[in-house]
Amino acid sequence: MTARSHLLDVAAGQRKVRVFEAGAGPPLVFLHGVDGLSEDSPFLAALARHWHVFAPLLPGYGDSEGAESLRDMLAVTLHSFDVIDALGLDRPILVGHSLGGMIAAEMAAVAPREVERLGLVAPAGLWLDTYPVSDLFSKLPRELPALLFHDPELGERMLAAGGDLNDPKILEGFVIRNTRQLAMAGKLLFPVPDRGLDERLYRIRAKTVVVWGEDDRMIPPAHGEAFCHAIAGAELVTVRAAGHMVTLEQPSAVVAALARLA
Amino acid sequence: MRFIWFNLMPWPDLPEDFREKYRSVWVDIPSALYDPARGHEVYNTYLDQLEFAETVGFDGLGVNEHHANAYGLMPSPCLMAAALARRTSRAALVVLGSSIALYEPPIRVAEEFAMLDVISGGRLVAGFPVGTSMDTNFAYGRVPDLLRERYAEAHELIRRAWAEDAPFVFNGRYTKLRYANCWPKPIQKPHPPIFIPGGGSVETWDFCVENTYNYSYLSFFGYLRARKLMEGYWQRVAELGADDSPYRATFAQIICVAETDAEAERLYGPHVSYFFNRCLHVFPGFAEAPGYRTVKTIQAEFLRQLARPSLGEGAKLSWRELIELGYIVAGSPETVRQRLEELIKTLRVGNLICGIHVGDMPPDKTRHSTELFARKVMPQLKGIWKEYEGDERFWIRPLEKRAVPGSAARSVPA
Repeated sequence: MTARSHLLDVAAGQRKVRVFEAGAGPPLVFLHGVDGLSEDSPFLAALARHWHVFAPLLPGYGDSEGAESLRDMLAVTLHSFDVIDALGLDRPILVGHSLGGMIAAEMAAVAPREVERLGLVAPAGLWLDTYPVSDLFSKLPRELPALLFHDPELGERMLAAGGDLNDPKILEGFVIRNTRQLAMAGKLLFPVPDRGLDERLYRIRAKTVVVWGEDDRMIPPAHGEAFCHAIAGAELVTVRAAGHMVTLEQPSAVVAALARLA
Repeated sequence: MRFIWFNLMPWPDLPEDFREKYRSVWVDIPSALYDPARGHEVYNTYLDQLEFAETVGFDGLGVNEHHANAYGLMPSPCLMAAALARRTSRAALVVLGSSIALYEPPIRVAEEFAMLDVISGGRLVAGFPVGTSMDTNFAYGRVPDLLRERYAEAHELIRRAWAEDAPFVFNGRYTKLRYANCWPKPIQKPHPPIFIPGGGSVETWDFCVENTYNYSYLSFFGYLRARKLMEGYWQRVAELGADDSPYRATFAQIICVAETDAEAERLYGPHVSYFFNRCLHVFPGFAEAPGYRTVKTIQAEFLRQLARPSLGEGAKLSWRELIELGYIVAGSPETVRQRLEELIKTLRVGNLICGIHVGDMPPDKTRHSTELFARKVMPQLKGIWKEYEGDERFWIRPLEKRAVPGSAARSVPA
C-alpha cells in the first residue's frame, strides 16, 4: 500500500510539511523516528487498517522545509502542534517512534489537555546512567543493522533498499539525505538525548501505552519501565523478536498494542 | 615569504600495537595512556623547540587546539602562547585555536587574545577555527547543525568587543551580555591579524575574503593533494573581486631536512611512520558528525569530485610513496628547497606552516632538521613573494619599543 500525500503550509507559511495520509476511522497522528518514513512503509499500512493516519515528515526529512528555525525541543514541540492545527484535527491519537516518541511525550507533557491518547514506541528522551542510549551519531553504516534490528540480516536488507552506495549518484543522495535528517535529529538528540523530559513527564494526563522491542540495543528496554514509572497509569507492552526498529520488524504487534488506546 | 614553526605536540609513547588495541587516537582513547610526569618533560621539550625556532629565524611560532586527542596535546593554545610570550621577543605567536564556538561566553576569547597581544607587544596572530567535528561535536558536545551559527555569533561578539570603546549590550541567540566590556584591548588595531583554519567549505572562503582574513588550509596530506582545493579558493577570491596577494593564504606541510636524501629517510623515517600509523589512527565514525558539514559544502564537493581524504590514508605508505604523493617534503636541503618552491608557487601561499617535529621525533633530530631548514632552505625561499612585501594586512604589527621580560625585577630605587 502507498499512502496519499500532500504538502502542508505550517505556521503561517514559515514551514512546509509533507504529510502521508492513509486509512479510515478515528484520526491518528504518527511522528516518525530518526530514520524518517516512506510512503510505502509497512508500519503506516498496518496503522491504516485501524485508523485514519496522518504522518507528517519533520522539516529536514523528505521535502519538508523549515528546519533552520527549529533549534530546540520547545520549537519542535510547538511546530508539531502547529501541524495538527494545520491538518484541522482535534486531539487525535498521538503516536511516535524513537525521536518521534520523544516529541510526542513532550507534546503531552507541555499541553496535557491537548493529548488524550498517547502511544510511545521505543521513545528517546531519557538518560539512565546504568542503561545508556547508544551513540547513533558516531556509528558506521555497517554497524547499524546489528544496533537497530533484532534480526541484523533483515536490517541489512532493509537498509540496503536505497540502492548501491558505490554508485556516486546514489551515494550523493544518501549522504545529503542522511546529513539533513541527522542534522535535524541532532538538535534534539546530540550529544546526549536528554532535553529535560524527565522533569515534565508527571504532567501527562493521556491514556498512555509504551511499546518496546525486547532486543532494543539502541535504547535499552529499561527506558520503557522508566517512562511507565513516570507517567500515571501508563502500560508497557514488550514485543518479542524485535529491536529498536520494532515498527518494521513487528508492525502488527505494535499496532495490536496501540489498539489498547481505542 | 614567511615561515611558521609548528608542533602538534603529539604524545610520543603510544604503544607499538596501538592500532590493534585501540580504535582511535582521538575522542575515546583512554587517558590511562597519559603519564603526567612524562608529560612534564614532553611539554617542556616542545616549548624549548618553539623557542629555539625563533632564535634561528622563523617568522612565527604556531600552536593549535585539540581536545581528547593524543596527537595534539594543546586543549588550550592560549596557555602555550602565554608561555611563549615571555620567553620569545620577536616572532609572531600564531594561535590557531581558539575554537570560538566552544567558549561561553565567547568574550573570554576576546579577553585572552587581547592579553596575549598586550603581553607580547603586538605579536599575536589570532586564529578563529570552527574546529574539527571530533573536537567540537564529539569531545565538546556542540550540536553539529548549530555549530556554525554559534561560530558566527561568537565572531560578531569578539570583533565588536575589540572595536567598541565603551560597554555595549550584546543580545545574541546563544550569548546575552548586558555589559559586554573587553578589558584589556589588543595593541594591534583595528585588531590582530586573523587566520581562519579551514577544510575547504565555500562559506569559509567567502567569510575570509569579506573580512580580509587569511585562509589557512591545514592538511596532513601534503601539497599535491591540496592543489585542487586551493585552486577553488583562488578562483573564489577572484570571483569576489579581491586582489590575489599570496598572504591571503597559509598552508601546512610536514618537512624533514637532512644532509642527503638517504640520510633523511634513515633519521626521520620511523617518526614519520609513527605519525601516519599511530597518531592518525582515528575511528572513521568520529570523522564527521552528521550536520557538521553543510549540505551546500557537500554538494560543492561532489560537484568538484573532491574526494575528502580520511585521516588514515597515509598509514602503510612507504617513505618513497609519502614523498611522491607529497604527504611529506623530505630530503637534502636542495631537494626540500625545490619541492617547497613548487608548493609555494602552485598553491600561491605567503605563509608556510612547517611541521618539522613529526610524531615521536626526539629533540636532537628535531633540532637538526630545524637548523638545516633555517640555514639552508629558508634563505633561498624567503624572497619568493618580494613584490607583495608591503602587504601588511595579514601579519603582525608589533610595538616598536617592547618591554624586556625580567627587567622590572632588577630595578632598584633611584
